[in-house]
Amino acid sequence: MKKKRTVLISLLTAALFLLTACNSGNNVLLSGSTSVERVISSLIEAFNEDHPDIILTFNPTGSGAGITSAQEGTADIGLSSRPLRESETGVDATIFAIDGLALVVHPDNPVTNLTIEQLYGIYSGEITNWSDVGGKDAPITTIGREAGSGSRGAFDDIIGVESPRHDQELTSGGAIITAVATNPYAIGYASLSAVGNSVKILTVDGVPITEETLRDGTYPVARPFIFMTQSGTELSEGAQAFLAFIQSDEATAIIANAGVVQMR
Amino acid sequence: MKTKTIIEQTMKTTFFLCGMLTIVITFGIAVYMVISGIPAIREIGLSDFLFGQVWNPTGAEPQFGILPFILTSVYATLGAIAIGVPIGLATAIFLAKVAPPKVAAAVNTAVELLAGIPSVVYGFVGMIVLVPLVMNVFNLRNGATLFSAILVLSIMILPGIINVSRTALAAVPREYEEASYALGATKVETICKVSVPAAKSGIAAGIVLGIGRAVGETMAVILVAGNVANMPELFGSVRSLTMAIAGEMSYATGFHRNVLFSIGLVLFVFILLINLTLNLILKRGGAKR
Amino acid sequence: MKRRLSIKRRVYSGALTGFMYLAVGIAVAALIGIIGFVLYRGLGHITWEFLTTARSALRNTVGILPNILYTLYIIFTTLLIALPLGIGAAIYLNEYAAKRRLVRFIEFVIELLAGIPSIIFGLIGVLFFIQAMGMRRPSLLVGALTLSILVLPTIVRTTQEALKTVPAAYREGAFALGATKWYMIRTIILPASADGIVGGTILAVGRMVGESAALLFTAGMGYALVTNYFEALQTAGGTLTVMLFVYITEHGDFDTAFAIASVLLIIVLLLNIGVKLVKRRLKKI
Repeated sequence: MKKKRTVLISLLTAALFLLTACNSGNNVLLSGSTSVERVISSLIEAFNEDHPDIILTFNPTGSGAGITSAQEGTADIGLSSRPLRESETGVDATIFAIDGLALVVHPDNPVTNLTIEQLYGIYSGEITNWSDVGGKDAPITTIGREAGSGSRGAFDDIIGVESPRHDQELTSGGAIITAVATNPYAIGYASLSAVGNSVKILTVDGVPITEETLRDGTYPVARPFIFMTQSGTELSEGAQAFLAFIQSDEATAIIANAGVVQMR
Repeated sequence: MKTKTIIEQTMKTTFFLCGMLTIVITFGIAVYMVISGIPAIREIGLSDFLFGQVWNPTGAEPQFGILPFILTSVYATLGAIAIGVPIGLATAIFLAKVAPPKVAAAVNTAVELLAGIPSVVYGFVGMIVLVPLVMNVFNLRNGATLFSAILVLSIMILPGIINVSRTALAAVPREYEEASYALGATKVETICKVSVPAAKSGIAAGIVLGIGRAVGETMAVILVAGNVANMPELFGSVRSLTMAIAGEMSYATGFHRNVLFSIGLVLFVFILLINLTLNLILKRGGAKR
Repeated sequence: MKRRLSIKRRVYSGALTGFMYLAVGIAVAALIGIIGFVLYRGLGHITWEFLTTARSALRNTVGILPNILYTLYIIFTTLLIALPLGIGAAIYLNEYAAKRRLVRFIEFVIELLAGIPSIIFGLIGVLFFIQAMGMRRPSLLVGALTLSILVLPTIVRTTQEALKTVPAAYREGAFALGATKWYMIRTIILPASADGIVGGTILAVGRMVGESAALLFTAGMGYALVTNYFEALQTAGGTLTVMLFVYITEHGDFDTAFAIASVLLIIVLLLNIGVKLVKRRLKKI
């Protein structure tokens, strides 16, 4: 009896391994930027309405992880919210949207605008008091993202800081918004799609963050949303169909609803 | 009869293999940690790796010094022990020697529950309640600090310390205590000078267990410690060994990833030493009895 | 006996007694505080929809059904692997192994395994199952395999304890009647220790429910609704605890996080009661 059961269990376990080894092709894994989450989840849902048999899973690991997973093939599709660096090869990358990084402060903070130079000063640690940028006499608490983040990579590149001074490093835009909303000294950045009304959005170099300023490129702190696949590997049908959908007209409204601007 | 012997033999072999597999798995883990951890340490150089003060894996000239992580782990653990052990030990004494059975049972249930709460929940409550509190009380720019991590860890190690110490205290022979009372000692004096010394190896085991838990804890501290790779300060934002692995594992590539395995190896060696100490304490305690 | 103690001794006793009550107060207050706070903030957000739908970005609703399912799948798969292995190892240690030194060595190794922090298991899962075994990507199966190693010590130890409670007389009686060893184990030892094994299994389930560091990179953080068990095993999905972490750090959505935390606490509470009931039954026998 027990022996039979043991044999059955080992057979079953072996079967599990085999099943996993031969991926059916309808199970598509996407991995990468947490900033892309809202857009990509919306797209997956809309796509699944017509293709209910394809399972699309999004693993919100960060842009760095998204690029790595596409390079190594540990995900079908990698997602990044910053441009690829020269050293990051081995993937076919396509920009599908443009997102603005909103600079946010506590609602009680009187500052309304910062220039790129001032942002450089704040995040490089040269400016540490709000009075130096037109605010109250109070210390500046800098909140940034972790090193693998696309928002962090894009932001640091745009303001020109190589290793920023952070008082706190958080792992998502949502967490930054929360931290800024509860700390009157704080400044942080996050994808516009993640910003609610618990914080105040600053203009940068006098330019507000809107769909128009993102589309015409006048808002300076913007970055691309990119999807990547491993070079030389043929994608499964499910993944191909989904990528086609992302770039279609059908997707335009969905992407806009999620707070970013479609690019083709 | 013959099929019976065959069945007997197969079952015996099966169970033997099960036992062996646990050894193979543990050694497999150890070997894997060493194999994947050594190459990066070799390339960086052991002393630059262990005592380097700058961690900047993604810079133009990457630097891989993990002293900040090691010290953070050590300080956080020491801090948690300094707060958690007195509280845990006192609670254990209460449960084993003072409390009436009904109260002891109720507190015991509470302690068991405390042990079962997932570490993310501890970290989450710490992040929502403790971090702003620390910021306001100590008038800081930012409350996610080593201090907050210490407070959260000291609560988290309580159940382990309480359980092990209570068992050890309960095992102290009644005669010891009765002899002490007969000599005119008060209850408190008896507990402090007779019961606790008699149970000291068990209590030490509980403390070592707590150290292991504090060193290895990841998800709770990641939410309250601020996560910046600074040299540790009590009221500064810090990153521990476990936080470094969990925070960077997903995106690290190439050499950076190998370095994370090396950090894993360092952590593994720490835990191994702690466990060996634990084993030694238990063995010596056992031999004495 | 009612002799007056010196002031010094009275202060000493009083101070230490006071500290002891303070300590007990802190421990109990921490527990009530944490549980009360989480339930207070979370219970209100648990709705029928929350428990029975998947998260939807289009409709802007949250739901944790996929994650409840993932948690159940992972528990089931892990037990499928770890229970036979762990019980087998315990039977070997307790009933078959003749060499004391070998037994002690295996027990020592199991203790070591039990002391390894979960983040190391997460690393091993990535190194061994994903990279070396060529499973390539995080999935529920990889997560379950990793967890099997993680809970193995718990299962071996509790099973061993349960086996030890079976009186030696049972074994001697069975042998005297001419029963073979396996027959004796199957018909006498295992049934007599079943309650203890069940208790250990519940403990292991508790460990799995609360686990996050070992699963983050091995099982993933997805939330697609997959009802087919075998399909789900290949899917990267987050258990409830992992999702709690994702909701805190990736989404910054604390209302949902508190709701998930409440669900988790309720599960932990139920598991605790389960262990208690099993223990009580054990005592009666």
